[in-house]
Amino acid sequence: MAIFLTEASKVIVQGMTGSEGTKHTTRMLASGTNVVGGVNPRKAGTTVAFGETEVPVFGSVADAMAQTGADVSVIFVPPAHTKGAVVEAIDAGIPLVVIITEGVPVADTAEFFAYAQDKGVRLVGPNCPGLISPGKSNVGIIPADITGPGRVGLVSKSGTLTYQMMYELRDFGFSSAVGIGGDPIIGTTHIDALAAFEADPDTDLIVMIGEIGGDAEERAAAYIKENVTKPVVGYVAGFTAPEGKTMGHAGAIVSGSSGTAEAKKVALEAAGVKVGKTPSETAALAREILAGA
Amino acid sequence: MDLFEYQARDIFEKHGVPVLRGVVATTADGARAGAEQLLGDESGVVVVKAQVKTGGRGKAGGVKIARSADEAAERAGEILGMDIKGHTVHRVMVAEGARIAQEFYFSVLLDRAERRYLAMCSVEGGMEIEELAVERPEALARVAVDPRTGIDQAKADEIVDAAGFPTKTTPEIAAKVADVLQKLWAVYQGEDATLVEVNPLVLTEDGDVVALDGKVTLDANADFRHADHAELEDKAAADPLEARAKEKDLNYVKLDGEVGIIGNGAGLVMSTLDVVAYAGEKHGGVKPANFLDIGGGASAEVMAAGLDIILSDPQVKSVFVNVFGGITACDAVANGIVAALEILGDEASKPLVVRLDGNNVVEGRRILADAGHPLVTLADTMDGGADKAAELANA
Repeated sequence: MAIFLTEASKVIVQGMTGSEGTKHTTRMLASGTNVVGGVNPRKAGTTVAFGETEVPVFGSVADAMAQTGADVSVIFVPPAHTKGAVVEAIDAGIPLVVIITEGVPVADTAEFFAYAQDKGVRLVGPNCPGLISPGKSNVGIIPADITGPGRVGLVSKSGTLTYQMMYELRDFGFSSAVGIGGDPIIGTTHIDALAAFEADPDTDLIVMIGEIGGDAEERAAAYIKENVTKPVVGYVAGFTAPEGKTMGHAGAIVSGSSGTAEAKKVALEAAGVKVGKTPSETAALAREILAGA
Repeated sequence: MDLFEYQARDIFEKHGVPVLRGVVATTADGARAGAEQLLGDESGVVVVKAQVKTGGRGKAGGVKIARSADEAAERAGEILGMDIKGHTVHRVMVAEGARIAQEFYFSVLLDRAERRYLAMCSVEGGMEIEELAVERPEALARVAVDPRTGIDQAKADEIVDAAGFPTKTTPEIAAKVADVLQKLWAVYQGEDATLVEVNPLVLTEDGDVVALDGKVTLDANADFRHADHAELEDKAAADPLEARAKEKDLNYVKLDGEVGIIGNGAGLVMSTLDVVAYAGEKHGGVKPANFLDIGGGASAEVMAAGLDIILSDPQVKSVFVNVFGGITACDAVANGIVAALEILGDEASKPLVVRLDGNNVVEGRRILADAGHPLVTLADTMDGGADKAAELANA
């Protein structure tokens, strides 16, 4: 098992023929992901060669699903076209849509998120690195060679901190690592991933990485207290971030006294989560628990 | 991006929200001319209002009434240059006076927790809304807004009703407010705002509903569909280094410290700032000097542009480059650093601590070791690099 993504996942790429899409499709295939097609109405009927693998291009998500049985779509289209691509995927009824694109207007995300809720489609992102179940499937841009399969589950707002933490705990390996993204509105939250990891028999420990802005970590803390029996180790980035400045991610901003790293740390600790001051200290806390398990 | 009140007023007007006439001035003479224009030959009052992107300006003395153009100039002279919560007043708006019968509150904003929008409305406007929310939460109606349907007539009626407007006794006022709320929604949606707040929304003695003040935050991600938003930016207020970084498309935030930071990925850079600040506690209290995320593709040009900005910050004593090679391999980053140092030549004058990990790290470290640049120190870990950079900044 793993969460959201397994060896059975059949993946299509919206934007496969663009430069980012091509680059990352190559990487996804190389890490063993079952990429069954791309979508581009202007190139429907053609195929794209990625080394030995010929990947067919379909005119629409619905076509691609009908002909391949795809159940995951990953989106690499530019911000101005992201809403259209996501809505098309939702209309086609694909169960999981992973949106890598950074810079999507929040109004667009709010709209397609509401639509996905109505249709029962899970979105991951936007502005995220995607997710990986090492050794099974890799959807997005997470490097597959950092570590292999194991029993740690990871959920993070940040891409590079995901990589850093996978690297710190590379000798243990991961069941799944989910980059949920740094935008103010995201399709899958810490809580969604925590619930999935709690239910996953192949996950023993959960590492949760948050950052300044909003109150997602505080809400996750409340959820953990009530619902999560597995050990959770946390890390929050941005203790030194000044008020009122957006730190790279659109959602990473301290507004007045809300959204601070300190408040998030306090809330997580009150829920029994061990919180590290740095990535290495966080990894050490995880290591202690895993060694005792 | 937060807008000034006068910019919000203009955008309100564009979308048909009733506002009063107002003139922006940067000098006392400008304020006099503005007041003459507004008052004409008639006697009346104008209000001189400090234009700052922070709340509480009234209490700070940044809003004054004037009964003549000369008096407006005098008040503007007092307000211009004033410091309000760390914001220097560079502009005032001279606005028509209103005879206020009643003050209300309205806002619509992004609800991150519920992943939709939230409208808040109260018949008790004028006071600080944070205070109202704490002291009398029942007086502040909160109504969820579906992003797909927004504030249409039905939603506007729902908000007005929830806020306690006497829809039975004075239906004409409730109807006017509901109409204004739909126009404010047009502002929110049409301009890609993440916040539109009106405090106070007033009922005048003449029975008009008018937005007397306005706070608007725009979504920078939507700039591609609003070419006109670029001119709303307050370029004069931006830190000069931040302005230069922006021209080069670098994600840079100036902070107050001695250790320059370059990293890839927003989360890792935020984390690097923290780790450097902790390390600084052991080295004379040095702090991170900036946030700079060079993103996934750390080319030599981007690295050079980033280093150039950081090295021209006179406060910076050392630089910590912290990169986790994911998509971009460490050898490419190392080549970027070497090339950047060549491009900068003698401009590169401060010690650099470089920590590389991840994709192709061995090759990346070898490239830097072979280059043997006298300013570059290699670090094995993020903690070690932060410690070394803090030590060098304290030397």
